[in-house]
Amino acid sequence: MSKANLLNRRLVVSSLLADRGEAIVVGGLGASTYDIAAAGDHARNLYLWGAMGGAVMIGLGLALAQPKLPVLVITGDGEMLMGMGSLATVGLQKPKNLSIIVLDNESYGETGGQMSHTAAAADLVDIARACGIADSRALTTLGEVEAFAARMQDVSAGPRFANIKIDAANLARVLSNRDGMFVLTRLRGALGFPPI
Amino acid sequence: MHARADASTDGASWPEDIFAILQRFEVRQVPYVPDAGHSQLIERVLGDPSMRGIALTTEEEGVALLLGAWAGGQRGVLLMQSSGVGNCINMLSLTQIFRFPFLTLVTMRGEWGEFNPWQVPMGTSTQGVLELAGVRVLRASHPDEVREVMEAAAGQAYGACTPTAVLLSQRLIGTKVFVK
Repeated sequence: MSKANLLNRRLVVSSLLADRGEAIVVGGLGASTYDIAAAGDHARNLYLWGAMGGAVMIGLGLALAQPKLPVLVITGDGEMLMGMGSLATVGLQKPKNLSIIVLDNESYGETGGQMSHTAAAADLVDIARACGIADSRALTTLGEVEAFAARMQDVSAGPRFANIKIDAANLARVLSNRDGMFVLTRLRGALGFPPI
Repeated sequence: MHARADASTDGASWPEDIFAILQRFEVRQVPYVPDAGHSQLIERVLGDPSMRGIALTTEEEGVALLLGAWAGGQRGVLLMQSSGVGNCINMLSLTQIFRFPFLTLVTMRGEWGEFNPWQVPMGTSTQGVLELAGVRVLRASHPDEVREVMEAAAGQAYGACTPTAVLLSQRLIGTKVFVK
């Protein structure tokens, strides 16, 4: 079902990544990974097809290892809810180069559109802020998304969290590569690390 | 009494052996859920500027963190108690999908003079759970074998990207005393 005035997820993600520069991007399983793939494959993308709840922690490990590079996690509300404790872990570590985007369609789109907790009760912006991520906000326009995309390049002012209510319409899947070893080796290679 | 109090490992030499090996292997990220058996090692990690101790809310966070660390060029090790292994099961898929150097050090409960029955179910299945999830399991039960076991574990985890767990047995750590 579509609601009026909600952002299109593909437009949101393509805006976030249009001028990504050296940023590393982690995609949570499901539609978030399809959105990143739709914006264009990239050696600095790490796509997930499982490990639900792990996207933010993978981003944290990357951010701590590469403090001079922007690290962006793009995931969905269901995936974020499963790893909610990781917001507290990020709040404690406060990596200045980590940005987290939740594409919030208030539902589990991959499994039939069942309602998620964000539809009626959970406010992820408040949760992130209460976990110690001071720069936590809701983005409601493409202009705000573009401004966020510019700010995420600043690796001295994070961590940041942004929740974006998006249209829940199911879009055609754009499948990313799903071979973990290929994606990981390619990412490490892009950062200058050879295979073992 | 062989039984020891909560911070039972204070002053023991085997945590120092572990710490020295982690230093030598250039381990940088050390996620942990606290356990009394790891208390001395955690203090050493938090006091070392070359390492980052990272407190977790649940152990599975550490599995995902270590993947991110490796993707970014750093090695890590996950410290937890046996009860935490159950929390990691699905996230351990990452070790097979990405074949990254996964090493965890697990302090055991529920296997040697355990007073708390709630520790027994997970303590009993810890090794089986890890093996079913594709993680190789090594064990140290005596202080004088910790160094050798850790050398082997770090060697195969960091050298061959073989996901490895070291079980630090409750006999080694000392049984927690609840009542005197």
